[in-house]
Amino acid sequence: MSTDDVAVWLYAVIGGEVADDRTGELTGVDGERVRHIDGGDLSAIVGTVHLDEFGEEALRRNLENLDWLSVTARAHDAVISAIARSGPVLPVRMATVYLDDERVKELLNTRRQDFLAALDLVTGRDELGVKAYGDLAALAAGGNSAPQPAGEKRSGTAYLMKRKQQLTAHEKAHSAAAAEAERVHATLLRHAVDGKQRPPGEPAVTGKRAWTVLNGTYLVDRNRVPTFRAAVAELQETTIGIELEITGPWPPYSFTGDVVSS
Amino acid sequence: MTFADDNFAPVPRTSSGGVLSSSGGSLSSSGSTNLGDILERVLDKGLVIAGDIRVNLLDIELLTIKLRLVIASLETAKEVGIDWWEHDPWLSGKSSELQLENERLRARIEGLEAGNGQREVIEARRAEPEDVD
Repeated sequence: MSTDDVAVWLYAVIGGEVADDRTGELTGVDGERVRHIDGGDLSAIVGTVHLDEFGEEALRRNLENLDWLSVTARAHDAVISAIARSGPVLPVRMATVYLDDERVKELLNTRRQDFLAALDLVTGRDELGVKAYGDLAALAAGGNSAPQPAGEKRSGTAYLMKRKQQLTAHEKAHSAAAAEAERVHATLLRHAVDGKQRPPGEPAVTGKRAWTVLNGTYLVDRNRVPTFRAAVAELQETTIGIELEITGPWPPYSFTGDVVSS
Repeated sequence: MTFADDNFAPVPRTSSGGVLSSSGGSLSSSGSTNLGDILERVLDKGLVIAGDIRVNLLDIELLTIKLRLVIASLETAKEVGIDWWEHDPWLSGKSSELQLENERLRARIEGLEAGNGQREVIEARRAEPEDVD
C-alpha cells in the first residue's frame, strides 16, 4: 500500500514538553503505534491510519456498523485515557482525520491560544459522570396514592379507575424525580469547577429498567474528587426513589469543546 | 476455521450498574465501561475540530447509530431478562388486560342478547294457553 493511502487520525492535544514520555507504546484505532506531532509548546497525539478503513467513504459506512463503532470508540478512548494518566489532555472527538502531518502542525499553530486556554482549564482536573435513575414505583409511593383493596373485582370500570390512578402516580413520580434531579445537580455543582446536564440517554441504551432523570457530568479538581464522591454518597442516602451512579474519572471530554469550538 | 480468531472480540455492553458503582479510581477505558457512556463522550464531546476528512457525526450517522444502539440494547436487555415493555399493555401489541376485559364484555353482551331472544320466545309460548283459557 502506498503512502497515499494513509491519513492522520487525531486523538488529543497536549502540552509539548514531555510528549515522548507520554505516548509510550500505545496502540491506536488501526492497530498502529501512537505517535506525536510537535508544534511549539503543543503536541498532537496521532496515529497513521489506512484510508480504506478510515477515509471519508469508509467512515460513513463504518460508523453505522455497531461492532466497528464500539471497537473503534473504545480504542480511541483508551489512547486518550492512557495519555490523561500522565497529565493534562484535550480529547479530540472521534473521527477527526487529517491528510498529513503538515496539516496537523498548521492546526496546532493556528489554534494555539485556544488549546492553551483549554489545557489551562482542565489541568489538575478530572471529569466525573453522575447519573440518577428514578424508580417509578418508589417515587409514586412517595406521594399518597390510595392502596388497592385486596381481592378487587376485575370489572372494566375498576380497571380504568386503576389505570387512571396509575397515570396520576406516574405524573407525581415524574415531578418528584425532576425535583430530586435538580437538587442533586445543584449540590454537586458546589463540589465541582463546572458541571453540565446532558440529555438523558434512552432508557433502553442504559439497559436499565429505571429511567434516567439526571445525566450530569462534572469537572472536578483532582484533590476534591474524594469530597465529590462523598457528596454523591450522601445524596444517595437522602434521596428517595433515586439511584445514583458515578462513572469516571474520565478525561475531560465535556469541558474542552466550549473553549475552542468557535 | 480457527478458534484463535483475533478479530473476534466480544465487547461487554452493559454496565455492572449497582448503586454507586464506579469504574474504579483511575482513568479507565476497560471493557467494563458502558459503551453508551463512551460513545456519548467520544462522539458528542471532545474538541470539535474540522479535519480534512469530513464526516458530519451530528447528522444522519449519529441518528442511525442511536437507533442501532437502542435496538442492540433491547436485545441485550432481553438476554438478561429485562422485558417489562412486553407486559405493558400500552407498549406491547399483545393481548392486554384491557383487550381481555373488552373481549369478556363483548361475550357477555352477546350472551345477554341471545338470552333476551330466548326469553321472548318463552313469554310468547306462555301467553298462548292464556288465550285458550
